[in-house]
Amino acid sequence: MNTNPAIIVEKLNVSFGDSHVVKDLSFSVASGESYGIVGESGSGKSTVLRVLAGLNREWGGDVTILGSKQPKVRDKAFYRAVQMVFQDPYGSLHPKKTVDDTLAEPLAIHGIEDAEARIERAMKDVGLPNSFRFRFPHQLSGGQRQRVAIARALVLEPRILLLDEPTSALDVSIQAEVLNLLQALRKERNLTYILVSHDLAVVAHMCERLLVMQFGRGVEEMTAETLAARSPQTAYAQQLLVASEGFRRQTA
Amino acid sequence: MTEQTSSGWTAWLITDSPVSRRQARLGQYYRQWLAFRRNPAAVIGLTIVVLLLLAAAFAPLLAPYDPLAQALDKRLLPPSAINWFGTDSLGRDIFSRVVYGSRVTLVIVLLVVITVGPIGLLIGAAAGYLGGWVDRVLMRITDVFLAFPRLVLALAFVAALGPGLENAVIAIAFTAWPPYARVARAETLIIRNQDYISAVRLQGASQWRIVLRHVVPMCLPSLIVRSTLDMAGIILTAAGLGFLGLGAQPPIPEWGAMISAGREQIFDQWWVATFPGLAICVVALGFNLLGDGLRDVMDAR
Amino acid sequence: MRAPDSPTEQPLLELDNLRVNFHTATGIVRAVRGLSFTLGRERLGIVGESGSGKSMTGRAILDLIPHPGEVQADKLVYRGQNLLTMDKGSRRKLRGRHISMVMQDPKFSLNPVKTVGEQIAEAYRVHHKASSREAKERSLTMLEAVQIREPARVYDLYPHEVSGGMGQRVMIAMMLIAEPDILIADEPTSALDVTVQLQVLKILDDLVTSRGMGLIFISHDLHLVQSFCDRVIVMYGGKAMETLPAAELADESARAHRHPYTLGLLDCLPDLDHRKDKLATLKRDPAWLA
Ligand SMILES: Nc1ncnc2c1ncn2[C@@H]1O[C@H](COP(=O)(O)OP(=O)(O)OP(=O)(O)O)[C@@H](O)[C@H]1O
Ligand SMILES: Nc1ncnc2c1ncn2[C@@H]1O[C@H](COP(=O)(O)OP(=O)(O)OP(=O)(O)O)[C@@H](O)[C@H]1O
Ligand SMILES: [Mg+2]
Ligand SMILES: [Mg+2]
Repeated sequence: MNTNPAIIVEKLNVSFGDSHVVKDLSFSVASGESYGIVGESGSGKSTVLRVLAGLNREWGGDVTILGSKQPKVRDKAFYRAVQMVFQDPYGSLHPKKTVDDTLAEPLAIHGIEDAEARIERAMKDVGLPNSFRFRFPHQLSGGQRQRVAIARALVLEPRILLLDEPTSALDVSIQAEVLNLLQALRKERNLTYILVSHDLAVVAHMCERLLVMQFGRGVEEMTAETLAARSPQTAYAQQLLVASEGFRRQTA
Repeated sequence: MTEQTSSGWTAWLITDSPVSRRQARLGQYYRQWLAFRRNPAAVIGLTIVVLLLLAAAFAPLLAPYDPLAQALDKRLLPPSAINWFGTDSLGRDIFSRVVYGSRVTLVIVLLVVITVGPIGLLIGAAAGYLGGWVDRVLMRITDVFLAFPRLVLALAFVAALGPGLENAVIAIAFTAWPPYARVARAETLIIRNQDYISAVRLQGASQWRIVLRHVVPMCLPSLIVRSTLDMAGIILTAAGLGFLGLGAQPPIPEWGAMISAGREQIFDQWWVATFPGLAICVVALGFNLLGDGLRDVMDAR
Repeated sequence: MRAPDSPTEQPLLELDNLRVNFHTATGIVRAVRGLSFTLGRERLGIVGESGSGKSMTGRAILDLIPHPGEVQADKLVYRGQNLLTMDKGSRRKLRGRHISMVMQDPKFSLNPVKTVGEQIAEAYRVHHKASSREAKERSLTMLEAVQIREPARVYDLYPHEVSGGMGQRVMIAMMLIAEPDILIADEPTSALDVTVQLQVLKILDDLVTSRGMGLIFISHDLHLVQSFCDRVIVMYGGKAMETLPAAELADESARAHRHPYTLGLLDCLPDLDHRKDKLATLKRDPAWLA
């Protein structure tokens, strides 16, 4: 495993109008590592991923990906190295395009020759049988859609995958399948992941280290072992752990 | 959990696992057709429109007489076995003129739709997707056009360009595009923020590629529906211009102009104005029903 | 614990042999196949995998089944009123005011060209006579109640400008503002972080205990349902596999009595205390649907 960081974020700041949603955020992710981000809803987790992916163009600070400093507007080559899987598998596939269209599009954009072989391989990688190739999204279940979204991200053979709550819209049985798939792919290809989730058990299962965010700031960075041992330092992280035990009714 | 028995072609079409792009597309069309077929009003609309197409295509075979042939000895004859719809003040057979009139109507409708649809779609999608000053400028122009009643604006154009069929088409096209641009823009505003558009941006697609290949296909159904519903309006506007003598010029058999010619005898020789009027109503109704049916199958998400 | 429903009290909702069928071009899809339950002033959980008919059950109660679908039932009674024979207009009046539903996909259910605040205020004014000022104030209070920071700012955001979790809370605020008797919450908290999730559940919980609201809580989060609900229905393929007291869901000693499907779902979950390389996946048995 290469110890050169794949992603370095330094003093990242993002504002929308008057609201400052990410404040002085810094972290780094080693190549081949899986890094979790958890935290309060609205604390800017998705925003951070969108900045890293180049979807958001108004931010300040330094973002270094695979050794090069990133400008606000990325070039085409960037997208071959970094891809993202969105939170909502129901909204992230074009309703009028078949699985085949969806997977062929990135290859067409980048003028890649062996499209046929790549599409077949991407589908095989995510465990979609060939009979799904010409289906429309409405003919797929949530888990199958998320597989297509993952396949679309993989078809350009990126080195970094940004995963925004990839399983929160899925039921537990499909969640297990998708998580197993992501684990296997990472091992096989030495991919680097950033995984946003609010399920601490999922983060502990998938990641080596994680960052806890609140109000747009990084509150605490810890290892998965610390999390599993329930021994984080900060009060907010403790609170998250307690909350993840489930609902407690104050009995009178 | 689907219970059914089907074989051969239908099975090939509705299979859940098509094996080629073509099969997937055809299958989707077939499903839409099945859904469309369940709506009787839509089927009636489609039938009317198909009949209109057939009438226009086979006018020479269907019409018993030359629509332009005058026979001054046979003026203003009531409907009979010889002249089904009667004759007009120049002794021309009204049935033949109504049949040939379908060609004029179709030409107007098609020309307008072919020009207006893509223009409205592109303007709306570009304004909606690009936003900023492009949006503001394009939409102000659209608003100006929208502020006038269509017939009045068309009248102004024809008055400036001079009467005639081509000018009527141009005038109607000029006045018909703004609603399309509005619809396309409204749809685009919703579509541009969807994750599947972010996903193509994330693959490095250019803005034109996104608009043309990803935004436009999503706007298309509602525009097709809108233009079918609009055809009724276009036909009426064309007829209105014809009625005022600003559309197709005599002796071309245009339904609006035919009504206009018959309006003086409406009480004594009712058939002169009534049959072209009926034709306009039926065709307008047909397009409307068809549009409603299409909306049900195409807009379903 | 809470006082159980007094036996004389009539249940809020009685449902017997509910069926939802979709007559599609390619055949009949049976989304719900004979579901029965009664709802008191309690928290009733519905769990089950995707496509098991959870949402369709909720929609059927509200008469919101989309087009080719059709609802049949032997009994569907809301506080003594037979919903099956009721006309569409009266059903619509019940909807929102007396029985409400938080839809699964908040961003899909919100109007993308209106600010979220306007939409909440509108929901309030549909059911209450109120000036627009008053409606706005109520809406801001509601946003605050669902733990949204800076409600005044969020009021003016469009749906695509709010985060996933904010969208869900906006939906909840919109549904609660009319103070319904029955709330059907379809995965209301799946995009919320755990602390906010608990705060939102606390609001729902208070409504059940203090106002006597009936809550149907649809979720795939088994831990949450187990700790939050009173009873749970486990659904698969449109049928109830079993109905059990929620607390027994994770009771290790009761495993032997559990339906294999329920156990299968439980085993899929990653566990903070027992980390493993590979998660178990569910094996389905066609005999469950026989
Ligand atoms: N386009 C936008 N315009 C205005 N504000 C925005 C926009 N996008 C995001 N925000 C704001 O930025 C903040 C952070 O949003 P973000 O989606 O990053 O949160 P998150 O941590 O992913 O939350 P969740 O867990 O609920 O998805 C929110 O307050 C949100 O309202
Ligand atoms: N318009 C439709 N036409 C045909 N079948 C449909 C339609 N809508 C829903 N269904 C079917 O109804 C079944 C139940 O759907 P439902 O939305 O209730 O599932 P769910 O349990 O809520 O799943 P999820 O956890 O994914 O939300 C599914 O198998 C689905 O395929
Ligand atoms: Mg988010
Ligand atoms: Mg559902």
